[in-house]
Amino acid sequence: MSRKKMGHTFASKLLLLLPTSLACFSVFPLSLIEKKVSSMNLSSIKQLASTKPHFIFTINFSITNSFPYFSSVKMDEFVNLEATELRLGLPGTDNVCEGRERVSCSKRALQGAAENETESSTMKTETSPPRKAQIVGWPPVRSFRKNIVQTKKNESESEGGRGLYVKVSMDGAPYLRKIDLSCYKGYSELLKALEMMFNFSAGEYFEREGYNGSEFVPTYEDKDGDWMLIGDVPWEMFVCTCKRLRIMKGSEAKGFGCDV
Amino acid sequence: MDLRLPSKVLEHIFSFVDSNEDRNSVSLVCKSWFETERLTRKRVFVRNCYAVTPAAVARRFPGMRSLTLKGKPHFADYNLVPDGWGGYAWPWIEAMAEKSPSLEELRLKRMVVTDECLEKIAASFKDFKVLVLTSCEGFSTDGLAAIAVACRNLTELELRECIVEDLGGDWLSYFPETLTSLVSLDFSCLDSEVKLSDLERLVSRSPNLKSLKLNRAVSLDALGSLLRLAPQLVELGTGSFSDKLDQEAVSKLAQVFTELKELKSLSGLWDVLPEYIPLLYSVCPGLTSLNLSYATVQMPDLVELLSRCSNLQKLWVMDLIEDKGLEAVASSCKELRELRVFPSGADVDETNVAMTEQGLVSVSEACPNLESVLYFCAQFTNAALATIAKTRPNLKCFRLCVIEPFAPDHKTHQPLDEGFKAIVESCKDLQRLSVSGLLTDKAFEYIGTHGKKLRMLSIAFAGDSDLMLHHLLSGCESLNKLEIRDCPFGDTALLENAAKLETMRSLWMSSCGVSFGACKLMSEKMPKLNVEVIDEHTPETRPDSSAVEKIYIYRTLAGPRLDMPEFVWTIHKNPEIGVSHLAIE
Repeated sequence: MSRKKMGHTFASKLLLLLPTSLACFSVFPLSLIEKKVSSMNLSSIKQLASTKPHFIFTINFSITNSFPYFSSVKMDEFVNLEATELRLGLPGTDNVCEGRERVSCSKRALQGAAENETESSTMKTETSPPRKAQIVGWPPVRSFRKNIVQTKKNESESEGGRGLYVKVSMDGAPYLRKIDLSCYKGYSELLKALEMMFNFSAGEYFEREGYNGSEFVPTYEDKDGDWMLIGDVPWEMFVCTCKRLRIMKGSEAKGFGCDV
Repeated sequence: MDLRLPSKVLEHIFSFVDSNEDRNSVSLVCKSWFETERLTRKRVFVRNCYAVTPAAVARRFPGMRSLTLKGKPHFADYNLVPDGWGGYAWPWIEAMAEKSPSLEELRLKRMVVTDECLEKIAASFKDFKVLVLTSCEGFSTDGLAAIAVACRNLTELELRECIVEDLGGDWLSYFPETLTSLVSLDFSCLDSEVKLSDLERLVSRSPNLKSLKLNRAVSLDALGSLLRLAPQLVELGTGSFSDKLDQEAVSKLAQVFTELKELKSLSGLWDVLPEYIPLLYSVCPGLTSLNLSYATVQMPDLVELLSRCSNLQKLWVMDLIEDKGLEAVASSCKELRELRVFPSGADVDETNVAMTEQGLVSVSEACPNLESVLYFCAQFTNAALATIAKTRPNLKCFRLCVIEPFAPDHKTHQPLDEGFKAIVESCKDLQRLSVSGLLTDKAFEYIGTHGKKLRMLSIAFAGDSDLMLHHLLSGCESLNKLEIRDCPFGDTALLENAAKLETMRSLWMSSCGVSFGACKLMSEKMPKLNVEVIDEHTPETRPDSSAVEKIYIYRTLAGPRLDMPEFVWTIHKNPEIGVSHLAIE
């Protein structure tokens, strides 16, 4: 096996070099092979290896000063893997493409905004990565500190330190849920959340008739212990007086004026 | 001619060598220097608990009196390391109990410490004096009781931002009446109320008490009576500063504060009401360190307070200080060395917009000794970075966190490359750098070219390609710790520069594009490194080309660790699927 000359252009060749420290490799007869690859793909190396059983494939890394040309090489050419695309979100989630779109969208949008400064702020808010998507561990504040800040906010927001978490039960469901009423700005948001959580439909609310079009009726227990129909009182009053929620079903719900 | 100095003389000379960096150099000179040094080293620092075995440390340093250990990687602070990863203190405590029973001081950071560990410490080290736990977890107040009751010569017990299972405040009452040696007590991270009478008695029988950091449950009233018993305090962490006191009580409290002639450091101030801030005015001129990062004090009150702190060297505050407040700091606190500004909001949307890059610029321009900065802010500009670089070439630590990922210069909409270039070019002694905002590979080219003294670098949401990593690994000569998240590079730069990793303590990469195959390759070829692949969602199959979630690589003499959880993979677990099987005879 003839020794082929090693190339220097890393971009186009898979390079095999002997690091001087690994003397053990000199024991084996080696064939140095160059293979043109368009991307660093180890599975293709493995495939190649399996077809050439009498070669020993040694994949090593080079000492960086052998690559004086590195900085001039366009890495984009072959570092083109989807795996290297930037993605936002929780680790393990496969929103690679989504993330990329969002990212490149925001970058371009921001650069485009350079031409028109007055629009820049609005463009940013429209196309920047959705901030509501909580990025794990960002901003980099110690959880201890984050908890303290969060506790302080909760205390200042809730009434008398009670907190706004209330239990939600649904007739026929095996277990209860808990929701934070302070997360919602009004009844429509709350009902939508409940509908999603328990997979039901509440129907339409009418002031006189209650909920129309469904056998489910959302109710709540107030401070006095009475069961009330959700939606009757102003939202702020509801949040203050609500102790827990119950989604009634069928016969029990009849008294609330529904059309079943 | 035998030029060897007798070991007694060597010992005497080495007793003047304090810094462990120097001691490490000393040990490399020759065998006899190595021997003498190791027998005389009293304070041992192990900055990665998995880099070396406890037995090896105990063997090498039989005279060890103080041990400092660090466990989890830094990004564990931000919930990026899953629970159960490791960093257990037990093996160390068990080993030292057997081999170094004269151990007096233990300082642990980011480690899992159980009640069992604390009980073992209490039972094994007869002359135990100092226990400092920073960002640790896994123990309860019962463990503290064990330490309190058994350590007769305890001088320091400090719990800094630990997660403790709080079973009540009784633990404090376990300090025996005979314990009079206490110098420092910090239980600020605990929730439960301790019995005030126990605390008062403890404080009154501790004439050497210099540092007392209370938890939030200690009321303002209680604080008054404690301070009366300990006017010699140098460091004070108050409890809750918000009880409603009557006029008489307030003036009494003001009086007590004026008695604190030695006070240099003040922290705590939980829930401080604005009307109580003037109580602190009397101690302000003497303060060198002020931690207001848990106090929601608004800008005008902060200005009043800080304008009286002419000797302040260290200031930690929330972004409620706003640019105006930082201008006041700039004009009043000329001795300032360290500034940390934390976000008051929980996420990006809630950032205080009245604090911009201008605040930091004002402080940089006016405070000649400023060398350490941690700054959370909504946005930044290249011009501001350039000004900071020009005015503060003496910066040693610069951590800028622009809270929105990919935020460019908000005036020019350019990446912040040029700004960080100015920083690394000008600040020749910069040792720690955290970058943020919109950054291309160019920024990292600059860092690699100029950041020759950089030891620790933190990067998130930056760069375009493998070039960024290549610049860093090939350029930053002093690089010791590198942590990167959410950056778009793959295997190439990492594999090319793999040899560099043996010269570094550790490398953390998460949500980047490194493939499983590259991890296997590195594990195979670099036996002196532990390459840990961490996946919270372990996939069914793992093709070589798949990207891994998180990688933690660190150099080690201890080989693969034996306490790995399910979700951590190293090549030693499944050697048969390593690359070595490609070698066919």
